[in-house]
Amino acid sequence: MIAEIGLASLWLAAVLALLQLAGGVLAFRTDGTGGENPMGMFIRPAAIVQAFFAACSFVALLYVFAVTDLSVKLVAANSHSAKPMIFKLAGSWGNHEGSMLLWVTVMAFSGALIAALERRLPERMMQATLAAQGFVALGFYAFLLFSSNPFERLEVPAPEGMGLNPLLQDIGLALHPPVLYFGYVGLSVAFSFAVGALLTRQVTPEFARVSRPWVLAAWVCLTMGITAGSYWAYYELGWGGWWFWDPVENASLMPWLAATALLHSISVLAARDALRAWTILLGVIAFSMSMLGTFLVRSGILTSVHAFAVDPERGMFILVLLGIYIGGALLLFGLRAGAVAEGERFAATSREGALVVNNVLLSATLGIVLLGTLYPLLTEAFDVRVSVGPNYFNPVSAIFVLPMLVVMAIGPLLRWRRDRLERVMKPLALLTVIGAVVLAIVALVADIAFLPLVGLALAAILAVASFIPLRRRKLTRVPLATWGMVVAHFGIAVALFGMASESAFSSERLAALEVGETAQAGPWRVTLNGVDPVAGPNWTALEGRLAVRAEDASRTSEPIMMAPQSRTFWAPVQQTTESALATRWNGQLYAVLGNQLDDGRWQLRLWWKPFVTFIWYGGLLIAFGGVLSIIGRVRKDLTRRSVRSRLASRRADERALEAAA
Amino acid sequence: MSRWKLFVPLGLFALVLGLAAYQLNQPKDDRIVSAMVGKPLPEFALPAALNGGQPVTNAMFADGKPRLLNVWASWCLPCIAEAPQLEALDEAGVEIVGVAIRDKPEDIAAFLETHGDPYSSIGADDLSELQLALGSSGVPETFVIDGQGIIRHQHIGDIRSEHVPELLAELREAQE
Amino acid sequence: MKGFAILLALLAATPSLAQDSMPPAPYAYNQLDDPAQEAEARELMESLRCLTCQSQSIADSDAPMAGDMRHQVRSRIASGEHPEHIRGWMMERYGDYISYEPRMSRTTWPLFAVPLLLILVAGIALSRRLRRSKAEPS
Repeated sequence: MIAEIGLASLWLAAVLALLQLAGGVLAFRTDGTGGENPMGMFIRPAAIVQAFFAACSFVALLYVFAVTDLSVKLVAANSHSAKPMIFKLAGSWGNHEGSMLLWVTVMAFSGALIAALERRLPERMMQATLAAQGFVALGFYAFLLFSSNPFERLEVPAPEGMGLNPLLQDIGLALHPPVLYFGYVGLSVAFSFAVGALLTRQVTPEFARVSRPWVLAAWVCLTMGITAGSYWAYYELGWGGWWFWDPVENASLMPWLAATALLHSISVLAARDALRAWTILLGVIAFSMSMLGTFLVRSGILTSVHAFAVDPERGMFILVLLGIYIGGALLLFGLRAGAVAEGERFAATSREGALVVNNVLLSATLGIVLLGTLYPLLTEAFDVRVSVGPNYFNPVSAIFVLPMLVVMAIGPLLRWRRDRLERVMKPLALLTVIGAVVLAIVALVADIAFLPLVGLALAAILAVASFIPLRRRKLTRVPLATWGMVVAHFGIAVALFGMASESAFSSERLAALEVGETAQAGPWRVTLNGVDPVAGPNWTALEGRLAVRAEDASRTSEPIMMAPQSRTFWAPVQQTTESALATRWNGQLYAVLGNQLDDGRWQLRLWWKPFVTFIWYGGLLIAFGGVLSIIGRVRKDLTRRSVRSRLASRRADERALEAAA
Repeated sequence: MSRWKLFVPLGLFALVLGLAAYQLNQPKDDRIVSAMVGKPLPEFALPAALNGGQPVTNAMFADGKPRLLNVWASWCLPCIAEAPQLEALDEAGVEIVGVAIRDKPEDIAAFLETHGDPYSSIGADDLSELQLALGSSGVPETFVIDGQGIIRHQHIGDIRSEHVPELLAELREAQE
Repeated sequence: MKGFAILLALLAATPSLAQDSMPPAPYAYNQLDDPAQEAEARELMESLRCLTCQSQSIADSDAPMAGDMRHQVRSRIASGEHPEHIRGWMMERYGDYISYEPRMSRTTWPLFAVPLLLILVAGIALSRRLRRSKAEPS
């Protein structure tokens, strides 16, 4: 019954999305020829009620997963009655259909939020925006209802669920996809705003200010999603790698790159009324990248594991949606952008100038990632198979990323509109000296590759540079949004330091140990104290007991205990390795228990990765900077709005008094 | 900005979309084809996989007679599926040389006991060295080697009954 | 994320692919004694594709064949072979697909041409946009 209610709610939500679209189209077409179309008044309520029904539908899905209703096909295929409750719930979006339902639910909520609260833009533009939003949502509803119905029943209920993949039974991964999806949805809102602005030819700073929190929020979510996903791959897969330029990883990186560019250009538009057409284009590209990412992951077209792929029909469905939305928006862009004036001018050495460089370089990086990701697809059309991996992406993207990081250090020091480099000579000299000193010291002390070396120097430069905008300012009066920028830029420096350090200084030790033996890994001595069987709720495991002491510590000192496991799940039957991590301020020791050899020794894989954690600390800082910016911007908007309404009411009072007098 | 430039993004997008749509409708070919087809066999000398068996070397293949080189293993389930077809090829007079990947003599013996022994000799490739040298990426795979020791054809996956005539034709062609 | 691909690979792997019972090759899970050689081997292994898992390098895989390939790489480097020579040997057998480091060839030249083009386009776009704005300050 609950499943049917869920399905019915989904249909109702879809109908409301249609109403939202139809209302928008009618209102838009008749406007200007005299009077408002009455349909226009339905748009906002339709968006709000739609969110309600979408939420009902999603709650119904959560319910059938919580009670493990095995007559629902999706539950039977992805859940198991013996699973812990948290993973039962997470299982509801850990699959194709459920994740799509989560997507439309979040999308409906964003739509409701702007419909209920956003009153700053001209009503006509709002209607166009909401209509675009309804149009996008409608496609996803159609996708769910016609090709990915999450509530489909089995004729005969399954006796037991097929279980959830053990690799997915992990809290990090349970949260990872929804966070990414929130990001994608945020970009879809920015996309709708961009379409609304194009349709009404009003690419204004006001449009930028209204859509900026959405872009920021999307960007924060994408940042967190990528950070979490990278950490998950790092500790769950048991090989110590944190980024491999895998197509699925790239699928999440590309929207982030586009969103980062959009975030900066939208700031220029909001502050200086420049880069109008470019911002719109980025808005379209950012959303297209998130849809392309979804397509690549869902269709399985790129990884050779096509066999699993949800049937190509679904891939085709997403592709058609992609064609309609992005193709349509780009066509609109081609037709309309010529009419959008270029906006205010600025000098090369100015904040805008630096941001333009940032935008161009980010876009070029995006181009490289896109090319490298899709290229194998192109050659396969000619029956040639190629692989594009880290050895291509790292150096080629560095061509654009390294200069971008340099500009990132300087840009925030410049003034808007025009500036002279001489004015910022002192900090520039300081940064150059810092970079040169770090470069020289590291090059002398350690023999490391070129990219990590430059990375370390740039990290030092950026770390200092990110705080320079605060100099000679009263810290308590610095706007929150500026703090956001400072923290986020500092986060880039931190992450860069982690990446460079990991790739330059990691040490690996593969050892086969008898119980009681010791192996050296980096500055640590690792002793295998024993291997014991342990049991969990739906797995059994062999657990190694490792005692870890620093190289120079005495034999009797208190050791760090680590317990890597080799787990066997039974529903479905599968083996996984659970790595054990010992985190120190200056890095992580990473231990994996392998197989037992014929002679009774145990294989251990040990890595000492100096400062590897800084990669994810950096990611968190970047996201936190974004959050600070959102709070700062929204608070400023609210005060501005309350001031304006107070002014308006005072004026009304005055008028009333005059009239009375 | 001139007008046509505004349509560049649309054009690029159409290209990507077209490519994706085309590839989505193509049957996905996951096989990794060896680049060694048409080239001579690499030099190798494998010890006999069975106690008392013959070792296998590349020199064996240069006597003018085409042969099949079957890369397999007793632990591989598709290899069981193709055993009857190998049996049929053997009966048709084809000489089949086996290469057992990462396998133990007792397991091989047990496998041949149950599923038949079509092999003239079996070499043991415990470290997949010959497999790598052949550009083979899984078990089972079957190579057609002509009388000069040149690799003429690669069959990836288990041999089904419909593949038997194909392989016989390849062998005939290699004879000429 | 990468995990996702691997996960799909795990799901896609047919259950018919049984495991062998042989111990791993000597150098599959053992390092070379010379750290410099091991570093060379490590770098090469990270850029060779595992053929049975398909979305991982041989450095990141527990597949037996990946182990055998690691053995092959390490033992050849130990005997003094140059890493790029080993990569070439592998590509001679498996084509471009096995190497994550595409080489300039008839099929891969756009991978190198497009970045150059991007540099050009970015340079032109920047210089035009920035010079023009300098020329006519408002």
